[in-house]
Amino acid sequence: MAGGRNSQRAWPDDGVTRVPYFVYEDAELYQEEQERIFRGPAWNYLGLEIEIPEPGDYITNHVGDTPVIVVRAEDGAIKAVVNRCAHKGSMICYQPSGHVAALTCPYHNWIYDFDGKLKSVAFRHGVRGQGGMPADFELAEHSLVPLKVATIRGMIFGSFAATVMPLDEFLGTRLVAHVERTLNRPYRILGRCSQTMRCNWKLYAENSRDTYHPSLLHSFATMFKLNRLSAEGGIEMDEAGLHHLVSARRHTDNSSADYDSAALRANEVGYALADPRLIEDWVEWDDGITNSIMTLFPCLNLQQSLNTVAVRQMVPRGPFESELFWTFLGFTEDDERKTRIRLRQSNLFGPAGFISLEDGAIGEFVQKAIRGEREQTAIIEMGGREVGPSPKTRTTETSVRGFWRTYRRFMNL
Amino acid sequence: MSGIIDAEARAQIEELLARYAHVIDNDKIEDWPLFFIEDGQYLVTTRENLAKGRPVGIMYCDGRGMMQDRVTALRQAIVFEPHVYRHIVGSTLISAAADGSYSAESNFHILRTGADGAVVTYGCGRYLDEIVWHRDELRFRRRTVVLDSSRIDTLLVIPL
Repeated sequence: MAGGRNSQRAWPDDGVTRVPYFVYEDAELYQEEQERIFRGPAWNYLGLEIEIPEPGDYITNHVGDTPVIVVRAEDGAIKAVVNRCAHKGSMICYQPSGHVAALTCPYHNWIYDFDGKLKSVAFRHGVRGQGGMPADFELAEHSLVPLKVATIRGMIFGSFAATVMPLDEFLGTRLVAHVERTLNRPYRILGRCSQTMRCNWKLYAENSRDTYHPSLLHSFATMFKLNRLSAEGGIEMDEAGLHHLVSARRHTDNSSADYDSAALRANEVGYALADPRLIEDWVEWDDGITNSIMTLFPCLNLQQSLNTVAVRQMVPRGPFESELFWTFLGFTEDDERKTRIRLRQSNLFGPAGFISLEDGAIGEFVQKAIRGEREQTAIIEMGGREVGPSPKTRTTETSVRGFWRTYRRFMNL
Repeated sequence: MSGIIDAEARAQIEELLARYAHVIDNDKIEDWPLFFIEDGQYLVTTRENLAKGRPVGIMYCDGRGMMQDRVTALRQAIVFEPHVYRHIVGSTLISAAADGSYSAESNFHILRTGADGAVVTYGCGRYLDEIVWHRDELRFRRRTVVLDSSRIDTLLVIPL
């Protein structure tokens, strides 16, 4: 490709209100994101502590493109290392999860402890005095690449950057408080699945921060007043503006004129649920919030919608594809009835979710339509041109602008 | 308790499974809920969730009303690129239970043809069925669709 950062890949003058379409296609930019964001000074979601309860339990995940192992050490601490042997680059853990005594490469039996320190090398001293590694071969020089690890309410985060700020500072006091509020009791995994999206990861990052599309794209929600913009709600952010929290209280919805006008396609769909038990719910949190979505930079969402609690992790799979991992949670105190209600509500989210499934397709609609376009830009002006909290309305793209401001800072673009 | 079933029952169960696939594959989705008893259960889940005893899957209908809501949403509300399935259902293991119901297990392979003409394997796995007599016809009391993969391609709108 001709040109570089300062020519074809320059950002337009209009700041965060214009996003050039090349950012969703450019292969070099994708490589730079790996370096500057995913291996840069950000905290990336790695999994849940309840997935690795015992010492030796591990899970694998990805930070951007980089494969990682997350393992519980003998002392209960959580460690994370790159899942790539220092010898020949093979994957060490080739199953999604499991239990091991040490991290052993299947290829030539190099064995590491859970900190990633190389403990032994097969045939290091040869066989019957013949062969073996050179005399000056030092185990200590061949460790696995470690990540810094931090947790909040059982969510595990990792970072490659030694200079990254502490996790609670990175998230900011408002977001920390809301994570703690949402995961306020011991929880368990009710189900997991993922969906491939044929779009750049940033299209989904925008989609999940775009608080004015749901009522327009997801007709289902609007029909049943699940999350109408006229319900009381707004957007908060952390002090540095990296992350956002959109929340609403469902039962405050008084009909607004715009909403009931026939102009909105969503309202033209005039039907009522044959079985309203689909959205049967109870007010579970004292603050009365019935929908809250936290979008944590770069790739994690934690959501509570009615009684559905879900962790959504986006993993980039190259410039044109990404995979969204859904983990549905319940609380260990739940009785059968509560579990049944969560199970019915789970129809609203995930790859077949009534108010989320279009998100799997809409990024692809954009990706297909911008193919090869090097000049044009997206317009992001709903709710103004600034980045900031929006306490009174969700009819705004402030969180999307916030994402791009953060992205540009990380990318120096 | 399970027992060997007679040829007539087997033929009727196989007929039920074949008609189900034809209704979905040939755009007669309005008839889909009719394959179930009124409080029948339909769950699309994954091999992993099933193995780990996790109740939440990908799609869940607790009774025919929720299936009708799926059909209505599919027809009137949901935005998606049109596509069709073709089910290839393998031979079925059947056993009879003491209460007069049948348990059936069949492998499936679902191909999806998209608006752009691309034909892809959308999913494979097995149906775990509980089938009961409703008057003089067989219906599902429970149909569990167990996908081998936990990964869905883009989205799931049309039931499997």
